[in-house]
Amino acid sequence: MNQKTRKIPAPMILPDTQRFWDAANEGKLLIKRCNDCGETHYYPRDVCPFCLSTNTEWQETSGRGTIYSFSTLWRAEVPYTLAFVTLDEGPTMLTNIVDCDPKALEVGQAVRVVFRAAENGQHLPMFTPA
Amino acid sequence: MSHTDAYIVGAYEHPTRKADTLSVLRLHADVAIGALDDAGLSKHDIDGYFCAGDLPGLGPATLIEYLDLRVRHIDSTECGGSAPIVHVAHAVQAIATGKCNVALVTLAGRPRAAGAALALRPPDPDSPDVAFEQPYRPSTHNMYAMAARRHMYEFGTTSEQLAWIKVAASHHAQHNANAMLRDVVTVEEVLNSPMVSDPLHRLDCCVMSDGGGAVIVARPEIARSLKRPLVKIRAAAEAQKDSRGGKVDLTYSAAAFSGPEAFAAAGLKPSDIQYVSLYDSFTITVLLQLEDLGFCAKGEGGRFVQDGNLISGVGKLPFNTDGGGLCNNHPANRGGMTKIIEAVRQLRGEAHPAVQVPNCHLALANGIGGSLASRHTAGTLILERM
Repeated sequence: MNQKTRKIPAPMILPDTQRFWDAANEGKLLIKRCNDCGETHYYPRDVCPFCLSTNTEWQETSGRGTIYSFSTLWRAEVPYTLAFVTLDEGPTMLTNIVDCDPKALEVGQAVRVVFRAAENGQHLPMFTPA
Repeated sequence: MSHTDAYIVGAYEHPTRKADTLSVLRLHADVAIGALDDAGLSKHDIDGYFCAGDLPGLGPATLIEYLDLRVRHIDSTECGGSAPIVHVAHAVQAIATGKCNVALVTLAGRPRAAGAALALRPPDPDSPDVAFEQPYRPSTHNMYAMAARRHMYEFGTTSEQLAWIKVAASHHAQHNANAMLRDVVTVEEVLNSPMVSDPLHRLDCCVMSDGGGAVIVARPEIARSLKRPLVKIRAAAEAQKDSRGGKVDLTYSAAAFSGPEAFAAAGLKPSDIQYVSLYDSFTITVLLQLEDLGFCAKGEGGRFVQDGNLISGVGKLPFNTDGGGLCNNHPANRGGMTKIIEAVRQLRGEAHPAVQVPNCHLALANGIGGSLASRHTAGTLILERM
């Protein structure tokens, strides 16, 4: 696969989401859940964007979801597939689809999380056909 | 709602498309002088200045010093390519509240000459979205392509239908001597152009260019004292849409909010509009705006644009008669200013005769700034020839 030679930029991690990235290094995909309104959200914040409660906590996901939309940038030096994946737990997240035939992907397709190392070794969640 | 009218009294588009010998400030100065000449005003008449992030240094202060202006109202609202439309909206408010009488809005840049047309600003590590997006390498192309893909999935929109938007723009650009792409293209040629980020082809994308433009907004008594046709800002609105905490929906844009607000404020409906300037960073951008602004129902955009419906003199809703960003220019990677300028030309009867809408007295200009598939701002203007 082309993906093998693709360089993944290191995420610029802020202190309030360090836990997310530590979990990614352990092979876990976390999202944030609000203990007051019960909503899950993404990208993770200290403050629930729906009710503004600061009573939010990390929740481990199943790592399963479906493709909401995707596009392969063929003109990139190493083509790669950007996607929005809707997690079974609710939120939709920006990600890459890897280890796949980009031309065979479909909206609505089931995917599961895999973790790939960025240039600095930090792992980040990506998805592959389930 | 209390309301004081304001008018667009000056408009100017820079003719350059590659500014090898012109600096960014020279381009801003050129368009400011051009708009003043067009209006018949002098620099001493300007008492309000509006600009976005395309000015270097301390933003507005840089141009104000460069031209030695004396202003008492400054607005540097930054919302990407829609900014000039939002600036005009803010100028109306500033004039209504007595903060200024003559507002200058400029936009200019030279990404093409600088060789940085594709270079985005370095991500700001303090922006909370960056860690969760930038490693996956979202670009303008693949983000807009995802909006196109989802529209195709939900509504059956086709690449052929999107191509019709480029075809219409090319029909208009053939009459514009300054346009970068003047050849009329066919649906087949769009579909046969290289795939950039599927489902968007090379010809689904706008051009990259240098240049810029300026408009001048003034209070009614000043507008009436000038010798130019009267173009009134009938209504203006702005709105934001983003990923909404993870409740992502790519089938509509922020124009779904700014459009209805502008129409309500104007007391008009989409069928009253005779000409539209729509931000055309990509063909899909146009399609979503047409639906969101109410020119057709959600999901019907593909059928609405096909068979030349956007071509002046052919279809029901002429759009971007200068060739738009798809064929004419996209100065500083920001298309909002040129959208206003072509709408003003149409209302004045100063568009190219081959694309002039007969007796055009109501026009709409809409901009989308930022990324259609994540956070972006829409600005909507409804303009009327008095």
